[in-house]
Amino acid sequence: MKPIDHAEASSKFIEAKDHLDFHDRRLWDLRKKRDRETESLPEWEELRALASAIKEHTLTHLADYLEQFEANAIRNGAIVHWARDAAEHNQTVCEILGSHGARTLVKAKSMLTDECDMRPFLETRGIEVIETDLGERIQQLDDEPPSHIVVPAVHKLRTDVAAVFSRTLGTDPGNSDVHYLAESQRQTTRPHFLEAEAGMTGANFAIAETGSIVVCTNEGNADLSVHLPKLYIASVGIEKLLPRIEHLGVFVRMLSRNALGSPITQITSHFRAPRPGTEMHIVLVDNGRSERLGMADFWYSLKCIRCGACMNTCPVYRRSGGLSYGATYSGPIGVIIDPTFNLRKYSALPFASTLNGSCTNVCPVKINIHEQIYKWRQVIAERQQLPFVKKEAMQIAGKVLSSPKLYRAAVEAAGAGAEYLPRFMLYNRLNPWGRQREVPEAPAATFRQWYVKNRGKR
Amino acid sequence: MSSRDEILARVRRNQPEARPLPAVPMFDGRVQSPLEVFRAGLLRMGGKFVELPDDGSPERLIRGLFPDAKVICSAVPEVAGNRSLDQVRAPAELHDVDVGVVRAVFGVAETGSVWLSEAQFRVSALGFLSQHLVVLLDPGSIVENLHHAYRHPGFSEARYAVLMTGPSATADIEGVLIHGAQGIRSMTVIPVPA
Repeated sequence: MKPIDHAEASSKFIEAKDHLDFHDRRLWDLRKKRDRETESLPEWEELRALASAIKEHTLTHLADYLEQFEANAIRNGAIVHWARDAAEHNQTVCEILGSHGARTLVKAKSMLTDECDMRPFLETRGIEVIETDLGERIQQLDDEPPSHIVVPAVHKLRTDVAAVFSRTLGTDPGNSDVHYLAESQRQTTRPHFLEAEAGMTGANFAIAETGSIVVCTNEGNADLSVHLPKLYIASVGIEKLLPRIEHLGVFVRMLSRNALGSPITQITSHFRAPRPGTEMHIVLVDNGRSERLGMADFWYSLKCIRCGACMNTCPVYRRSGGLSYGATYSGPIGVIIDPTFNLRKYSALPFASTLNGSCTNVCPVKINIHEQIYKWRQVIAERQQLPFVKKEAMQIAGKVLSSPKLYRAAVEAAGAGAEYLPRFMLYNRLNPWGRQREVPEAPAATFRQWYVKNRGKR
Repeated sequence: MSSRDEILARVRRNQPEARPLPAVPMFDGRVQSPLEVFRAGLLRMGGKFVELPDDGSPERLIRGLFPDAKVICSAVPEVAGNRSLDQVRAPAELHDVDVGVVRAVFGVAETGSVWLSEAQFRVSALGFLSQHLVVLLDPGSIVENLHHAYRHPGFSEARYAVLMTGPSATADIEGVLIHGAQGIRSMTVIPVPA
């Protein structure tokens, strides 16, 4: 499998200047809205500490909580399935649909089903899958994966959406009015809600104490997907567990504030049991999570509640777009999760970061994201997965930096600047880092020259 | 070994050393007027807040707010409407409802949310298929924040429970806010003591 070349992919994104500027601005706007909300809550930092501790407690007792969740869900009348990996998840969903003769599925946004690549699997087996979240629907109709975990089509301008909808929904290609476009999607999706034989959601949280699935949306599409058909399937990553309902007080207070800068999602739904005459199925999915739990440096990433704040604040994400990561999860959180799925394929992603730490600062569950990014770089270097250019440069840099004599020679030899060391690393033709950047002007004398001259005699 | 047992065994094997579960404070005692804070929160989220007129009739108020509504479907005794929920066999039958009317069990001041379950909707789809939703709320039933809300026993009793905060909304295209994405286009809360 060919590794993802994030730098190459982002260069395409950067070429479209209107898109780049809007993307950068829109996501930074979300970040500012988030700041206003979090700064208005005096207990914000206390909530972060609580959220982190609750997640760490749950993950270190996860097997017990999963068993408790399962027992309660069964008591509620739900049917619980377990899936080791994406293939088993997709097969399970397909069999549940098959056992009801269901050929149409309306679904709410779920990063897990994207992670499992479920849609094409079902479609080749004759099942029509309708994404009902507006952003996710735009992406489905354009045959693209979501580029952001909260706002899936954030990389598109209204004119792009108008082009997609005119091609697929028959809207007026010349009309890119946002109200018109959203209304067109509402009108064309509604018949699917009324007629679909099955509905599906992911889960923001799953509560061990009650066996409930909690789904947060602004559109109400999850509820329309669940309340109309006679069959409801929820796909749930095993890390979504929380011990008790009361813990939602902490997490629901934080999720939308941190994601979009609103105090709560418009519709925060708690599905505990099927309504009479219908079935509720819950598929608990591992797909690498139990392995990640055993990785001493990286298990903290399982605390993630998928708010997307780390993406909105990341200068690299904002200027390269989610699709350039070539993975279901992009941005800083993607950079530390993706390598656990496929180290070789995603070996370039931990380098798509400036290590500025902003992601860590905005994380509502205190994941040490930038430290994990750094640790992944070490893992990748050790396992020889470092891209060629970086590896060569690092080896030379390593030799130079480990020898004071060589280091001094290299720095002093530069004369007009740090010619040998950073320049070779940054400005060779193969490394895109240097294309839009220039090193700061070097002082006339190195620190050592200055030190020897001014302090050396003492 | 079944998938279930395999996953649980691997989780158990890989679980890091146990960490304690912290107690969560209620973060309360800061709200002077729950109704005012609720109202501001609801308006901010795109909801409407309308007081009953002097005649005290929610029915007449709703007719006045929605003069073009053909189908008004009420789940509350205070409003008759013109579509009964008694005969609904499949939720999709509510597809043509212009205005749904329900009574919330309680409100949340912090966020401007109302709490509803299948018992209040009678048919849960009423809260989402209707074009507009009117919610009666006892002004004395507003709790201070979400920590209080999540202590309500309804969460472990109801099959389905929802915190609704204003209408269905989206900002998925260029961040432009649209009300009425998939579900209700408007939400109007009327304070009516229970």
